[in-house]
Amino acid sequence: MTAAVLDVMRVQRAWQVLDEVLDPEVPAVSVCELGIVRDVIDHGRELEVVLTPTYSGCPATEAIEQSVLAALEARGLGPARATLRRAPAWTTDWITQEGRRKLRAYGIAPPGPAAAEAGVPVRFVARRGREPQLACPRCGSEDTERVSQFGSTACKALYRCRACLEPFEHFKPI
Amino acid sequence: MHASIEIGTSAALQYLLRIGDTALIQAQRLAEWCGHGPALEEDIALSNMALDLIGQARAVLALAGALEGAGHDEDQLAFLREERDYRNVTLVELPRGDFAATALRNAMMATFFRLLWERLRESRDRELAAIAGKAVKEARYHQRHAADWVVRLGDGTAQSRARMERALIDLWPYAAELFAADAVDLEAAASGLGPAWSELEAAWREEMEVILGEAGLAAPAATPFLSTGKQGAHSEHLGYVLAEMQHLQRAYPGGVW
Repeated sequence: MTAAVLDVMRVQRAWQVLDEVLDPEVPAVSVCELGIVRDVIDHGRELEVVLTPTYSGCPATEAIEQSVLAALEARGLGPARATLRRAPAWTTDWITQEGRRKLRAYGIAPPGPAAAEAGVPVRFVARRGREPQLACPRCGSEDTERVSQFGSTACKALYRCRACLEPFEHFKPI
Repeated sequence: MHASIEIGTSAALQYLLRIGDTALIQAQRLAEWCGHGPALEEDIALSNMALDLIGQARAVLALAGALEGAGHDEDQLAFLREERDYRNVTLVELPRGDFAATALRNAMMATFFRLLWERLRESRDRELAAIAGKAVKEARYHQRHAADWVVRLGDGTAQSRARMERALIDLWPYAAELFAADAVDLEAAASGLGPAWSELEAAWREEMEVILGEAGLAAPAATPFLSTGKQGAHSEHLGYVLAEMQHLQRAYPGGVW
């Protein structure tokens, strides 16, 4: 095999390994499914993983960086380094279909499309009954209500299902 | 105790410190609500927003340190500067007050930040533009949440309305500082780093009028009062915020988690 083919395989293997690295806050989906890993570049001696942070203050950013590098090095793909790419900003639209399916199975209602809000002036929080209807990830009923715009992490809101009476979380579109 | 650092005087550095410090001190005041919110959900909301602001402040202060070129990272800038070298607007350092004051200040600041980040997305500094692209999304939901509380309290009970009216009287005069243009602003605008903050005033007043109007409140008349936090001349309150925030790094220099 030529060196070029080897390189391609190294990058491919890295993507496979990264697809097994779970998000520390939502340990049902991988960092690839969340759309955090933007690129893997083979620099010969070193592998570079390009990550885009989800929220400015996400405390998981550093933990994700460490677990990504540890996973690559454990599989003999290192040495690796992580770089941060801020633009374009992360959006929930980058969460894969498989990621959305896993979120739902984990009990988190996945985000809808992130609306283009540029230029929209003041918006108020939608009143009860006027907010977009979300299906309960447990029973599928759309008879749900928002309890709080903010949840256990910045990326989630709290909801309650009026049909099965279970509380659940919603990954907010951003 | 760890010695204080001194900072450069370039207009670009001052401009970035104004943004980073305003986000940082606003975050400190919001974080004071952690464990004291009027309801668990609101407690979580305020802490969430504080965390976003700390993330934004961290990114901007890191950029400021890189631009200054004196080897100061974001932690050194946050923890080792004296009060006079802080460049936040005075509004954010005022004591958090009651929940009405917190809601109103949040609405005033989130509206301001949303307008500022929208413009900074076109900064000639690519890193600042990238930070803004992320932060603007966060400022949008901060504004939505805070505006909602201003309406609920202003258009609520006699008690909540009276508290919101009091908050307006106390806080509104500090808004003037946000838009008072000076050499730092003009130079940032001329170099393409970011807008002169005075350019944001008309849109800010318009949006605040929408929020206050919805709440059945009115903006107080303008006064000649002009606070000067952006120049480093602060109210008596900032020193206490810094004493608490900086204590650990001053006592244990360079300590990390």
